[in-house]
Amino acid sequence: MTTNVIEEQPARVGGKYQDRFSYDNAIVRDFSIATIVFGIVGFLVGLIVALKLVFPDFLGFIPELSYGRLRPLHTNAVIFAFAGNAIFVGVYYSLPRLCKAPMFSKALSKIHFWGWQAIILAAAISLPLGYTTSKEYAELEWPIDIAIALIWVVFGANMLGTIYKRRVQHMYVAIWFYLATFITVAVLHIVNSFELPVSIMKSYSFYAGVQDALVQWWYGHNAVAFFLTTPFLGIMYYFIPKAANRPVFSYRLSIVHFWALVFIYIWAGPHHLLYTALPDWAQSVGTAFSIMLIAPSWGGMLNGLLTLRGAWDRVREDPVLKFMVAGVTAYGMSTFEGPMLSLKNVNAIAHYTDYIIGHVHMGALAWNGGISFALLYYIIPRIYRTKLYSLKLANFHFWASTLGIAFYVLSMYFGGITQSLMWKEFTAEGFLRYPNFLETVTQIIPMYAMRVVGGLLYIIGAIVAVYNIWKTARQGDFMGEEEDQAAPLLAAPRGEGLHRWLEGRPTQFALLTLVAVLVGGVVEYVPTMLIKSNIPTIASVKPYTPLELEGRDLYIREGCNNCHSQMVRPFRSEVERYGDYSKAGEFVYDHPFLWGSKRTGPDLHRVGGKYPDSWHALHMQDPQATSPGSIMPAYPWMMEDRLDYSMIGDKISAMRTLGVPYEEGYENRAVSDLEAQARKIAAGLTESGMDISYDHEIVAMVAYLQRLGTDIRSDSVYAARHAKVTTRLEQGSGFDALYALTKPADLAAGKAIFEAQQNLCYTCHRNDLGGQVGPNLTDEYWMHGCDTGQIMTNIKRGFPQKGMLPYGSGKALSDEQLHQVASYVLSMRGSNPQSPKAADMTRANPCSSDTW
Amino acid sequence: MYKDVLRSIEGVEMYPIISLLVFFAFFTVLIGWFFLADRDRLSELAALPLDTSKGEERDDE
Repeated sequence: MTTNVIEEQPARVGGKYQDRFSYDNAIVRDFSIATIVFGIVGFLVGLIVALKLVFPDFLGFIPELSYGRLRPLHTNAVIFAFAGNAIFVGVYYSLPRLCKAPMFSKALSKIHFWGWQAIILAAAISLPLGYTTSKEYAELEWPIDIAIALIWVVFGANMLGTIYKRRVQHMYVAIWFYLATFITVAVLHIVNSFELPVSIMKSYSFYAGVQDALVQWWYGHNAVAFFLTTPFLGIMYYFIPKAANRPVFSYRLSIVHFWALVFIYIWAGPHHLLYTALPDWAQSVGTAFSIMLIAPSWGGMLNGLLTLRGAWDRVREDPVLKFMVAGVTAYGMSTFEGPMLSLKNVNAIAHYTDYIIGHVHMGALAWNGGISFALLYYIIPRIYRTKLYSLKLANFHFWASTLGIAFYVLSMYFGGITQSLMWKEFTAEGFLRYPNFLETVTQIIPMYAMRVVGGLLYIIGAIVAVYNIWKTARQGDFMGEEEDQAAPLLAAPRGEGLHRWLEGRPTQFALLTLVAVLVGGVVEYVPTMLIKSNIPTIASVKPYTPLELEGRDLYIREGCNNCHSQMVRPFRSEVERYGDYSKAGEFVYDHPFLWGSKRTGPDLHRVGGKYPDSWHALHMQDPQATSPGSIMPAYPWMMEDRLDYSMIGDKISAMRTLGVPYEEGYENRAVSDLEAQARKIAAGLTESGMDISYDHEIVAMVAYLQRLGTDIRSDSVYAARHAKVTTRLEQGSGFDALYALTKPADLAAGKAIFEAQQNLCYTCHRNDLGGQVGPNLTDEYWMHGCDTGQIMTNIKRGFPQKGMLPYGSGKALSDEQLHQVASYVLSMRGSNPQSPKAADMTRANPCSSDTW
Repeated sequence: MYKDVLRSIEGVEMYPIISLLVFFAFFTVLIGWFFLADRDRLSELAALPLDTSKGEERDDE
């Protein structure tokens, strides 16, 4: 019940009885403060992660501040803390005024406010600590999920209660958008958060693989629709007319806008999964509806912009309108770009690249950010009964932010397309032009730097805005309760057509919205949910071993999926680069799915068996050591921290509950299996010169990485490749009695081969041949012989058990090239590399020895 | 593979038909409403946020 009403004493005004009541401005102020504080925090975390892509060791290697953990913090902070609080500012200000009634309950308002801030705090603590579900924009663990649902219901109840008590017959269109927001976000959040808790801060998604992906992107897409679009459209429909002091361009259009948007948006989710293992028909439906979405989106944009017809002069002066117009225009651009990106041929180029990051930020910075700041510029002076402190500063904010957005978005567009084209480029001979993924990353680092500049400009603008708003509040006089009066509502008129009937009835209206939203969900998703048994099962796909499962949880904890996809699309360029494309049946035990949505690093679905264990361990410890120029953060703590596998029994049981076929009682044997596998891996690592005990996190991580994508690959591909080399050697093309080449041209060619990134020599021997995982090649001690022919044979055969593939990388070199590279290696004898690896005297012999 | 998936759902041919009907009905009603809506009433509704019964006028007017 209301407590803030100067209770409804009827007053006689102009011959009518008027109720007198007042609006609660304090809650609007509180949400405004939260918007500002969390906005700045969210932007700064964004700036930090952007800086980390330019300077990977920025902030050192502290687990809680690593990229994979901070990026979800950034997205959650800006979406749920900044935009979320801004939505509540807009709703708590406009809804009572549109209803001519105070908010239903001050107590609920307070619970809503503090509850929401507590959730944000819980997110800000738990995400850096590595408690995450890995599902984008739904990373928070299950206890927080429950809290979100409860607080969201409080918000909804408060809103519906206000609507029921309104004194205006008609619900203005902004309220429709607010209602749709409440209902749909509730449905999305609950359905996507089905998860089975294992412990207080760990759960596994109820869905697996393809289904999990579909539900996640149904959620992810519609979180954009119903958290970042509909509430802001509601705000647009209230505040643009208010600020321009003229009614919306076409109310008729606004109603068509609402129903068409709500009806169509919900179907478009699968466009996030084009070319993946999702069934084709679902992909096509997603694309078709995405294209249709242009109509309502642009209808809404035009309706907002045309409201200003005849008032454009005001846009030049009023920062509120300025931000609104720029925001609505950006909304139009994003909602055109989105459908275009949903076309399969465009998506093939743009997906997984930073183009999408640019696309998102166009909407986020200009539309959500712009509208939020417009809201504050409108409301703060009014509730503080004053004028904006400085128009000049507001104008500065506008230009800093606009310029910042331009820098940000253009650099991401350019970087994204550049990288994508590099991924796909083939040479005339039919090989990938850039077989090393890293080359395509280093190419666009300047773009990452430009993005930092753009983000910085945006933040500077925002800080100026905060100062301006603070000064405004300081010079003003806060009005906690704002009085108003209106005639009480008489019984609703009846029999005036369907719409008239509907628009006065929030319950029926809300239900109809729910139906409109659910139609899409049901028709599109039910078949996919029911096909559990029909996702073609692949007999060779087995559940993860306990150690791999723990490794997978570490992968989730560290947020590896923020930069690495696990979904090889069926393109020649991807199959060539990564291996066989991913099949739906490979993911049936993946709770949750880890397909990822962005490739700042390469896809990992076929990484299993590609590199030796020691390579992975070294790479995690110091990515730059194995991949010079890499921008991947280092994970030194995984080399030191012990793996906590005390929960493994429970995890196995939970997985079995979710349908993963671990046999009954396996949870009791899981620990011994885990330790056995870990000891084996650790022994291999020790042999390669890395002193790692079996119970360290890195061991589980390596186990998981080596398992990835190997279930259906079998070793047949690898074995066939290896057999070919062996045959050739057996046919007598040994290299006995060859002398080392000495011509500078040959040595230079040999050096180029040795250092070529795709040949992988450097990953174990270093570019200066000083050795690392592999032995030092410049000293006098050799394990397998040191004459030219012997070295050529060794390169050709490799030592697969030790992690060296034939030819180093498995890709053949000509005999001439072998001769060149072997000669180069020999020419480097005694070259004093920087940190030479000591020879393993249990295996090596001096070159002069004749024991070979 | 999607063919196997679809074939295994009973009565799957109804899905596209239902979707088409739902859509057709939905947008028919919407278009019908669009043309039948009362202009005066709409402009009255459009002015709802502008209700300036008390001190809501803009400062710059």
